[in-house]
Amino acid sequence: MNQFPFLTLLTLVPLVGGALVLAPGREHGKTVRFMALAIAFLVLALAAALSLFFDRTQNGMQFVERAAWAPSLGIQYHLGVDGLGLLMVLLSALVIPFALLSSSAPVANPRLYYSLFLFLEAGLFGTFTAQNFVHWFAFWELSLIPAFFLIKIWGGPRRTAAAVQFFVYTTAGSVAMLIAFVALYNATGSFEFSQIAETVRDGRLGRAALPIFLGVFLGFAVKTPLLPFHTWLPDAYAEAPTGVSMVLTGAMSKMGVYGFLRVLLPIFPEQMRALQTPLLGLAIATIVFSAAAAFSQNDLKRIVAYSSINHLGYCLLGIFVAVQWAEDSAASANEKAAALNGAMLQMFNHGITASALFYFVGLIEQRSGGSRDLHYFGGLRKAAPVFCGLMGITVFASLGLPGLSGFVGEFLIFKGAFALAPWAASVAALGLLLTAIFLLTILQRVFSGPLPENWRAWPDLTNAQRLTAGPIIALIFILGIYPRLLTDLVNPTALAILWPNL
Amino acid sequence: MIAWTIYISLAGAAGLLFVPAAKPCLARRTALLVALAGLVFAIVGVTMIPAGQLTDIVNAPWVPQLGIRFHLAADGISLVLVLLTGIAAVAGVLFSWNIEERANEFFALYFALIGGVYGVFLSFDLFLLFVFYELAIIPKYFLIVIWGSTRREYGAMKLALYSFGGSALVLIGLIAAYVVAGAKTFDLVELARHPFSPGFQTGAFLLVFVGFAVLAGLWPFHTWAPTGHVAAPTGASMLLAGVVMKLGAYGALRVAMTLFPAGLRAWRTEIAFLAVIGIVYGALAALAQRDFKFVIGYSSVSHMGFVLLGLATLRQIGLSGAVLQMFSHGVIAGLLFAVVGRMIYDRVHLRDLERLRPFQLNKALPFAAATFLLAGAASMGLPGFSGFIAELQVLLGAWQSFPTLTILAGAGIVVGAAYTLRALDKAFYAPDTAGPAERPALPPISLPERLGALTLLTATLAVGLFPNILLNLIQPALASPLMRPVWEGGAM
Amino acid sequence: MNPDWAWMRLLVPEGIVVVTALAALTCDLIITRRRLAWNRGQAAGLLSCLGCVAAIWWLAWRPGPGNPAMLALTPLTQFLKCLLLVLVGFTAIISMRAKFTRHVGEYFALLLLATVGMMLLISSNNLLMIFLALELLSLPLYILTAFNKSSIASAEGALKYFLFGSVAAAFTLFGISLVYGLTGEIDLDSIATHLRAQPAKPAFYAALIMILAGLSFKLAAAPFHFWAPDAYEGAPAPVAAFIASASKVAALFVLAKVLLIGFINQAGSAASGAYAPGWAPLLATLAVVSIGLGNLAALVQNNFKRLLAYSAIAHAGYGLLALLANPEQGLPALLFYIGAYGCAVLGAFAVVTVLEESGSRARLVDLAGLSRRSPLLAFCLLVFVLSLAGIPPLPGFFGKFYVFTATAGGLRPLGGLWLVVVAIIGSVVSLYYYLQALKQVYAAPPLPDCGQLAWSWSARLAISALCAIVIALGCAPNLLLSKICAAIQTSTL
Repeated sequence: MNQFPFLTLLTLVPLVGGALVLAPGREHGKTVRFMALAIAFLVLALAAALSLFFDRTQNGMQFVERAAWAPSLGIQYHLGVDGLGLLMVLLSALVIPFALLSSSAPVANPRLYYSLFLFLEAGLFGTFTAQNFVHWFAFWELSLIPAFFLIKIWGGPRRTAAAVQFFVYTTAGSVAMLIAFVALYNATGSFEFSQIAETVRDGRLGRAALPIFLGVFLGFAVKTPLLPFHTWLPDAYAEAPTGVSMVLTGAMSKMGVYGFLRVLLPIFPEQMRALQTPLLGLAIATIVFSAAAAFSQNDLKRIVAYSSINHLGYCLLGIFVAVQWAEDSAASANEKAAALNGAMLQMFNHGITASALFYFVGLIEQRSGGSRDLHYFGGLRKAAPVFCGLMGITVFASLGLPGLSGFVGEFLIFKGAFALAPWAASVAALGLLLTAIFLLTILQRVFSGPLPENWRAWPDLTNAQRLTAGPIIALIFILGIYPRLLTDLVNPTALAILWPNL
Repeated sequence: MIAWTIYISLAGAAGLLFVPAAKPCLARRTALLVALAGLVFAIVGVTMIPAGQLTDIVNAPWVPQLGIRFHLAADGISLVLVLLTGIAAVAGVLFSWNIEERANEFFALYFALIGGVYGVFLSFDLFLLFVFYELAIIPKYFLIVIWGSTRREYGAMKLALYSFGGSALVLIGLIAAYVVAGAKTFDLVELARHPFSPGFQTGAFLLVFVGFAVLAGLWPFHTWAPTGHVAAPTGASMLLAGVVMKLGAYGALRVAMTLFPAGLRAWRTEIAFLAVIGIVYGALAALAQRDFKFVIGYSSVSHMGFVLLGLATLRQIGLSGAVLQMFSHGVIAGLLFAVVGRMIYDRVHLRDLERLRPFQLNKALPFAAATFLLAGAASMGLPGFSGFIAELQVLLGAWQSFPTLTILAGAGIVVGAAYTLRALDKAFYAPDTAGPAERPALPPISLPERLGALTLLTATLAVGLFPNILLNLIQPALASPLMRPVWEGGAM
Repeated sequence: MNPDWAWMRLLVPEGIVVVTALAALTCDLIITRRRLAWNRGQAAGLLSCLGCVAAIWWLAWRPGPGNPAMLALTPLTQFLKCLLLVLVGFTAIISMRAKFTRHVGEYFALLLLATVGMMLLISSNNLLMIFLALELLSLPLYILTAFNKSSIASAEGALKYFLFGSVAAAFTLFGISLVYGLTGEIDLDSIATHLRAQPAKPAFYAALIMILAGLSFKLAAAPFHFWAPDAYEGAPAPVAAFIASASKVAALFVLAKVLLIGFINQAGSAASGAYAPGWAPLLATLAVVSIGLGNLAALVQNNFKRLLAYSAIAHAGYGLLALLANPEQGLPALLFYIGAYGCAVLGAFAVVTVLEESGSRARLVDLAGLSRRSPLLAFCLLVFVLSLAGIPPLPGFFGKFYVFTATAGGLRPLGGLWLVVVAIIGSVVSLYYYLQALKQVYAAPPLPDCGQLAWSWSARLAISALCAIVIALGCAPNLLLSKICAAIQTSTL
């Protein structure tokens, strides 16, 4: 247990930074951008330091901080990270500077833009490090506001509707979750995740367990999103500006999956076991339908949005299959651990690759003067080979090509799924096929084929852009070749989730 | 010491009548001084008076023939509400800084109202409480009928008659209780100790609770609220929604529920039901309004529904949430009305949400946009603001007895997000179809407005981030011998 | 002292007032005849005032208990006479600048003679004496109502008042004679003794109804109220003030005396669920009808004096409620209530006097912009009207509260609650029309053709003093209440 308040600092620095960034005058856009980037990189350094000090052999919470806040209500200021938490913290710390760098064109009202980004980052960190429901819920809700405004003010033509839909949908899910936790507090007397988990596993909820589970499930299902609560996502991602889409897909969507792992699985194993078949059905439906929907899209951003839904479907597939432990045999233990590990890896890797994909799509949009239509482009490989190369790598990583980061996660998930729920895995594999098709279609439509006249002068990646994308691509390769960097981190957590009494 | 809040407000009201009508400057400054003095006394009282027991401040015989005494006292709940009144009074004066015509009379009426409100929160003799309660009705009427806007005569009369009607019901109940208890005393504490028969309690509770709850906006007696708030000038609507509606809720808690706990147990389901209807109906109605002020007016009805739901929970946590929501909504409603009334309407002279687009208010009045954003977030119940803890406590308390109603209340919260966003969007962030050249120029936000907004924002943030400031006052008070019988052993 | 002259000593206050009346008449006829009208008014008014003060002094400092045959002079009656004289004194002051008549001396003389009638009415314990005093009170009032010779409404009101009054007087006399026939007594105590011994015959109820009808006429309780709106509207404002305040005090008190002393055993009960025949159910009916009719009719008025007339009817109803309570609580409540009401309505009519003297009529729209024309006058009117409406911290509220509490608790616990509910509903309704008047005063701009307000120093003093008294009584009701209770306790009512 480290006495240095790492986690508080982690959340506080972007919060304060967001306020500081509002300070300079209206004309100093560059200064503001510089300040914001500096803060974001500072936070990245903090996160890296955190991971250095993190003990990978332990499987409990580390860097725990506790303080009383409203003791009569059982609300504590309780922070802590385990492997999963650290993973998410690292992901957010990486995606935010990446997203900030992507907005190189001067933005209108830069102070507000950058400060909202930093507030969003603070919200993300708060959610991933909280161990008390109210604290966690506070940051969960608070991260909605910057996201809402980022979409609303700097977004595309239909941004208002998209932003409002996003906000109201997510709030509806959150309120359902709030009420469910109200019921949990009434039954267990605590807002601490660990205590609630213990009490509920002892079976104290009785018949109320199922409705409460559904309430909490609803909240996360809307956020992730899971079919049929996903309708807010394509609009929100498409209308948001590039940087915001990167954060939305890279970090915010992981909040939902994180919730499944941190909250739903430890507290409601019974219910998830009982509902496993419908849940698997939903996950598979998500995978297949989103892939099919991506097919019929012409808008590049929408395609990537649907592919986001698709990949998160895999994560959920991995989580849902890991529930079935009525037999509790040693063999299935391996598969379950694999599935969970795969889900967590997929969270991280998808975060990186999807935000990179949005980055490149954003570059395309910039260069084409605002158009994102798939049929608009062609043969860009000749005009911008580096661009094509890097984007191609990203696409393949998203596809799950071995050697790139996306492969390990998907492999582990399917390893677990085929053993534990073969029918589901088969259908999901179909989804994999569809994913491959539409992703490759992008590559083919945009980069191959004849180069139209108007795109002959298509600029390649500038040096700054290469510097921005470079580390990410490198990370994709590194994680593809040496996934142990991540699995070492998350495996103890997966085991802890599966066998909490150990 | 804390009784000086009452005395100085009423003295200020009388004094302001002597300020010449041609000198609004002098009137405003005097008013601000009086309001600040009241706030200072309130804060001193909060720090010095213990929360967990009833502390007598003044207890002198008044009309011995009837057993009426001039009895002022305070416990934690009174202190919280007195503090709210102090803050709201200062903010209201700051936001009424632009009143030019008959400013002296405006502020005189304003402080007569405030004095009455302070009096209600500190009275522990039923007659005295009733005197202050009714005293507050007439200033409200005049404030609206002279300085109000839309349909002010109708709105003012409706408000006055509804309030008077509600207090009439209360009067009947009080007289009945006094007579049945032997016609010896009107003291609240002593009457609370008197064992009324359950049958009597059921009837008396209904009368007194409904009488007070009319002023608290209990559905379906809430119709005065949107009309009245819209008709009132900004400073008055801040007070009306912020403080006067709390008079009703406080009366329901302190008089109806404390004197007749058995009656509360008999009627709690109906009350909870009506409260939740108010929450949902208020939210849905707010969603459908075109007039910005009506949106806020209906949102007030919706938020007060939470207070009433908390009162019906019969659990300490629910009651604590209700009192905290009284404070929280008082501040938030003040903020919202200030933005709509003072910052927008006084400059633009329009409240129709569909017609605010040409003004591009987020660019013309960024301070107003930021204030409304924060106030809206607080109104939605987002964590970090005072409303979250209050609503959380109410939901926690309500779940055990009324699970379905709790879920409906949650739905009301979601609709709350929707109407807040709709208003925010249409009023401030409507897409700019004309260019900046076509935008009418608006006067900037003045210093008094900024100070007022900061005061209220600080209050809601402070309580949101450190709820213990108020919870340490409320919860010991609920555990005191006077209030304990209200909720103890009540949850089923 | 010669015992034959002893009774004269007891009638000194009345004597003082009579002398003052004659003095005012004489002074006006001889000394100030040729002066300006307002000078004459001032002189006569001051004289009247002095006379009232002298009488009050005698009553307060030189009382003498005594029970001459037909009069009862107890501390309570002395106290009430003081109260009445205060009200009359204020009426005299506000009449000082009256422009409605040239017969100033006659005016003040009639006023004071009516006062004598009231004072005798209060002290009377004998039905015949009561009737005589009632007539002595009423006849000058009929004439005073017609005093504004340039107004047709004045003559019409006076005629209606006179016709109604005469019929009512006839009824009263008939009732009294029936009582005499049935019991053989006209003294209230003796009647009570007689009726206690034997049960009441049906004819007695007829007598009761007739006496009630006659006395209710004086009180302007519905359904014997038809004279009131026209008389109040037509009469000059000071006269209306006098009728509304002083004569109502006297009328209610005499009704209380007749019922509570003479017919105490025939009370019956109007409590819910415990009906018993007697005068209580009759009073309850009268009260309910008065409250209902008075308040509802006032809603549609657009003349302020008529509005006050109908509200007077409603207030009579509230006052009657006090008689339905336990006499221990009911009597103090009644007295405080009518004392508070008298002051407030006198003040309201005083303001109307100022308006009439400034040349405007007394419609509601004539009140417009009063707060701009004279803030002090508007504030005083605010206080008076709010006291009538029953808004704390004014004495009207406390009076109503006391009456309601007494009624609710009287007879049997909560038996009178239904009456209280009716009264409270009436109160709520009344707020509407009072606020309409106040809205004109404070919110409406002045009429373009309104003139300057002619507000003499004397009227200013009087109205401000009355306003201060009303506020003081409201904030510290004990000032009046303790004296009332002390007076009741040391009397044998």
